[in-house]
Amino acid sequence: MIKSALSVLTVVAAIIGIWYLACIPMNMHEAVQQAERAGAEVTPAKAIDRLQMGGIALALKNPGLVGGAFGQERPRLPSPEQVAAELWKTTGAMAANGRAFSKRSLIFHGWITLSATLLGFVFGTGLGILLAVGIVHSRAMDMSVMPWAIASQTIPILALAPMIIVVLNSVGLQGLIPKAIISAYLSFFPVVVGMVKGLRAPDAMQLDLMRTYNATRAQTFWKLRLPASMPYLFASLKIGISASLIGAIVGELPTGAVRGLGARMLTGSYYGQTIQIWSALFAAAILAAVLVGLIGLIQRLTLKRMGIQA
Amino acid sequence: MNENTPVIQARNLDLTFQTNDGPVHALKDVSLDIMKGDFVSFIGPSGCGKTTFLRVVAALEEPTGGTVTVNGMSPDDARRARAYGYVFQAAGLYPWRTIEGNIKLPLEIMGYPKSEQDDHVKRVLELVDLAGFGKKFPWQLSGGMQQRASIARALAFDADILLMDEPFGALDEIVRDHLNEQLLELWDKTHKTIGFVTHSIPEAVYLSTKIVVMSPRPGRITDVIENTLPRERPLDIRDTPEFLEIAHRVREGLRAGHAYDD
Repeated sequence: MIKSALSVLTVVAAIIGIWYLACIPMNMHEAVQQAERAGAEVTPAKAIDRLQMGGIALALKNPGLVGGAFGQERPRLPSPEQVAAELWKTTGAMAANGRAFSKRSLIFHGWITLSATLLGFVFGTGLGILLAVGIVHSRAMDMSVMPWAIASQTIPILALAPMIIVVLNSVGLQGLIPKAIISAYLSFFPVVVGMVKGLRAPDAMQLDLMRTYNATRAQTFWKLRLPASMPYLFASLKIGISASLIGAIVGELPTGAVRGLGARMLTGSYYGQTIQIWSALFAAAILAAVLVGLIGLIQRLTLKRMGIQA
Repeated sequence: MNENTPVIQARNLDLTFQTNDGPVHALKDVSLDIMKGDFVSFIGPSGCGKTTFLRVVAALEEPTGGTVTVNGMSPDDARRARAYGYVFQAAGLYPWRTIEGNIKLPLEIMGYPKSEQDDHVKRVLELVDLAGFGKKFPWQLSGGMQQRASIARALAFDADILLMDEPFGALDEIVRDHLNEQLLELWDKTHKTIGFVTHSIPEAVYLSTKIVVMSPRPGRITDVIENTLPRERPLDIRDTPEFLEIAHRVREGLRAGHAYDD
């Protein structure tokens, strides 16, 4: 336990280290410029010459100014502690002030995205399971549905999302539902693939055994196919929930960037607020990790209850 | 049904599989009577049709010619009437059900009332000597115990016929000896009619009242040997001259059917 925690911490520390290092070349030009404005000696003295140089070379020429690469107001690459501070400022600190659901709070935007994610995930999973059941039991569906399901995933969602929003808006649907539909569009696919495989997991012998009992198709489904598919279902759900989250964020981009983590990323890019973009990115990543972790927990509990050694 | 009518009766049974490499003659002109209470072993090399014959009896395969009746019915009607329990080579227990749950599976499917299910489970667990293991999961049991549990599952719904397709094929010899002894005991107690497919000559001779020797290409019966050994069979009966003589005859039958040719 301690050993694995240690290795995880080592990896995290390495990532943060690389991140800090990367801040130097990324933000060096701005650091040197600010120092020049403040009246410091910089090399090369001419801005045009500096533009020709790479960030690393500039840092080597001006070792004394490297500190200026961190803590800038609008850095190209914000440093980890800036992102952490912004994350705290827009979540914990606002919650402590009783403004958890203010429009500036990531908790508010996260909740907007999460609600679309969860609704879309439920839609997508339900649709995926239904399609898989159909595919396994009907040869016609097996032949006809799968190619369409695959084709549906080859269309870039970024191109499709605005059309879904526009079409649904014209029939009076806006807000949560269109985003959830985009989420569902992304998340049903892994569930179909996983469930088809899972429902077909019982081998010929298991199916023969059911036949010797003269079991009906429904009995074979409930007593054999469905339980046998559970490990596959959970593997798909983990992919499905993260796809759902991506769908919800993408669904927030074309609506004019009002609410949600996707909106935060978009407004951040409008106004060059890299810290805001990064903190929204991290909020999304943390949300995804929590969701996947939750499904992992449910998986463990379910499989344990079923007596399967996971 | 008359006492002297065979429980399983096959007449001129033919079965040809159409495969990509052309037709495979799995069974050719197979005729056989199995009487009530018989323990019939089917022995022969791979591809001789012994498993196929068992599957035809169980209505898991459709013959392409000839007739077969089970309890005087067509195999499919017999299947619907749940006339037989089938034991496969692998135990095939559901990992998500306890041993008890696995044995209840056929009972649930056949709609036995809950109160009766427990009695059935208790009885068959005792029959296969697994009393006290009902709450365990399959992975907690050894391979031999799992196979015993799968036999219990096949016995649970009181079918008179037990069809066993190399049930001990995947087990080591010591476990196998033990299970053979137990199976004889079980057969003696329950008076079931048993069809038993095996690769092992000693197993066939030790267990059966009747040994059906089969040979491949096309799958057919080359000899049917009535076993004259007494019904009371300790394991060391296998060292007696009578036993060895019958084993010899089985081997002769296999040789006559070119079972030892390449």
